[in-house]
Amino acid sequence: MNGAAPDVLIVGGGIVGAACAWECSLGGLKVMVVEADVPGSGATAAGMGHIVAMEDSTPEFHLTRYSQIIWNELVHEMPAGVEYLPCGTLWVAVDEEEMAGARRKQASYLGRGVPAELLDARQLAEAEPSLRSGLVGGLLVPEDSALYPPVAAQWLLTQSGAEVRRGRVVSISDSGAQLEDGTLLTAGIIVNAAGAMSSKLMPGVPVTPRKGHLVITERYPGFLRHQVVELGYLKSAHAAGGDSVALNVQPRATGQVLIGSSRQHGATHKEIDRPILSAMLRRAEEYLPGIMDLVAVRCWTGFRATTPDKLPLIGPWPGTQRVWLATGHEGLGITTGPATGRLVADLILGRTPAIPAQPYLPARCGHA
Amino acid sequence: MSAFDIAVVGAGPAGIAAACRAAENGARVVVIDDNPAPGGQIWRGEKSEPWIERFKRSGAVLERDTAVDERVRQRGAKLILATGARELFLPFPGWTLPGVTGVGGLQALIKSGLAVKGMRVVIAGSGPLLLAAASLARSKGAVVRLVAEQAPGGRVTGFAGALWRHPGKALQGAELILTLIGVRYDAGCFVEEACGEGQVEHVRVRRGERAWEEKCDLLAVGFGLVPNTELAALLGCDLDSGFVRTGDWQQTSVPGVYAAGELTGIGGVEKSLVEGEIAGLAAAGREADAERLFSRRASWKRFAARLQSAFALEPVLKKLAREDTCVCRCEDVPLSELKGRASWREAKLQTRCGMGSCQGRICGAATREILGWGADSVRPPAFPTKVRNLIESKSS
Repeated sequence: MNGAAPDVLIVGGGIVGAACAWECSLGGLKVMVVEADVPGSGATAAGMGHIVAMEDSTPEFHLTRYSQIIWNELVHEMPAGVEYLPCGTLWVAVDEEEMAGARRKQASYLGRGVPAELLDARQLAEAEPSLRSGLVGGLLVPEDSALYPPVAAQWLLTQSGAEVRRGRVVSISDSGAQLEDGTLLTAGIIVNAAGAMSSKLMPGVPVTPRKGHLVITERYPGFLRHQVVELGYLKSAHAAGGDSVALNVQPRATGQVLIGSSRQHGATHKEIDRPILSAMLRRAEEYLPGIMDLVAVRCWTGFRATTPDKLPLIGPWPGTQRVWLATGHEGLGITTGPATGRLVADLILGRTPAIPAQPYLPARCGHA
Repeated sequence: MSAFDIAVVGAGPAGIAAACRAAENGARVVVIDDNPAPGGQIWRGEKSEPWIERFKRSGAVLERDTAVDERVRQRGAKLILATGARELFLPFPGWTLPGVTGVGGLQALIKSGLAVKGMRVVIAGSGPLLLAAASLARSKGAVVRLVAEQAPGGRVTGFAGALWRHPGKALQGAELILTLIGVRYDAGCFVEEACGEGQVEHVRVRRGERAWEEKCDLLAVGFGLVPNTELAALLGCDLDSGFVRTGDWQQTSVPGVYAAGELTGIGGVEKSLVEGEIAGLAAAGREADAERLFSRRASWKRFAARLQSAFALEPVLKKLAREDTCVCRCEDVPLSELKGRASWREAKLQTRCGMGSCQGRICGAATREILGWGADSVRPPAFPTKVRNLIESKSS
């Protein structure tokens, strides 16, 4: 043992756990992180790494925008391997109805102080030449960006000075985090930041895995300039059940093109599901016909940690003395990781958070 | 229902032999290969190879230029994997300079038209492939300055002495050596560095304490072969020490899937042929005929084992890379960034090693040799392919 038990034990070394470790350490707490695999190798490695301000609900806007601001400070301290790319997000409209949606979205962003620029068909074609002709227009949100999350997570962990321990946690309770080998790790506060696995460690936590597929190509510098997302994306992302696909394509700093996205409930196997992969790629082709002739080097899947109301669970878990949650970030964990870490540290240390913490508190789930 | 009884992946010696034996016994056979012509790496473009003539008469269908992925399992009731091997590259200073190739790569380049007449060539590394490359280069007018065999002379001579057990091989070896009259063949030495401005101009060769320079325009290096097990792994076949585990009938751990040739163990053309024949016969239900080939297979496996021990790599070859030597060419990752990593997964996530177009096929084999860990997971597609090829046709 390395002396006394830590103040905070974080279960999970993904982007959320790493950000919690970083912020808690900055706040003067003694932190230990326990991770079953290589840090940042779960959803952190599987996701796109899109840093995006979302405006479709006030709590989602607060968390994403606040986190984006923290990211903008952090990335300049991080190594080049974090591949920060200030590419912006280009929301694309296929018809007048979606264009009306783009206008509403622009008003919402501007009203909240986020720059957003409407593009007509010609401006859209100039902004993103690989898009097919015949699109009605789009909305450019220039302050969004992309980065490579595993390097960011590792940097946060290393810089935090937290002790990182390799081990597979099987359950979490007030008495501690129980490892597979029987070891019990104790701490003042135990934070479940195990993402899609978090409900496995604590039955009752309303987090379910939601599977996604991604494809990455060889290097095609210039093929894509922005993260390109269809305005119909939210219909897919927020669909209550069933499987869905939506255009969500990202240029990487390397010149590679990352192609998403798909959402499946109930799928628990890691293997590629050909029908949904095919549907996802056909969707991309509808907007970017040239994408079919790029060479794909790798396809993979990952699992988002989804909650019933699509907001993350951040704070004490009711019915326990020392167990906290920092999980349920769905497809936005890379964006919202830093703000989550900040909120966790604020709440533990009794500081007043910069944004209201109440919407994310696990107490909203009515757990006994 | 599959249109074919048997699908064979790979049109090299093992795949061709498997297809011939199966088709000649009445099975409906398709051979799928991503190259434009049959023959694999070894018979590339050789028109007079009897097995290829036999294949053309066998009734098996050849599907060329086809992107191969795990959906190939649906192409035939049974599947025979004969995906062969690729070259092992060990990084050393200068190995990424233009003008440095693999020995197999040099042969392929010459066969596809690279003019080497008058060029000074050094061939270095280990094994009989060095001689084959030297012979081909010389026949096309290259000046082969040196063949540097890393194995000590005693091991090489011992191996040559054992060749009498394999008359075909001995003849082949003798022919090669005859062609090579006038070429310096030095055992027990290796190239430790390739040097030049934007192109290899000379190499440093070392034998023990002594090192010297050889001027050259081309350097071909060959440290052995690595089996192409990606497709087998995607299909769930068990591996054993990096090779596909097979039983008496060349069957893998996955029912209905067979494997033959280099991916079950590096051993050369004859081992590949006999394993292919056994797999083809067994898949076609001709177990008795297959069984008659068991002793021949055992003999070529013994040959393969002798080959492996005679040309086992000296440890010094795994220590040639310096801190700034590039290990992952696709993503430009030097050795210094990889030292101290605990696993392939960590190296991949933190340095991008293995994330580029080769998907760890080259650097993953190199890190296994020099750092003790290497590519340990396979993600589809088994080989890079156009995005459109990942899509299922709407009818299926």
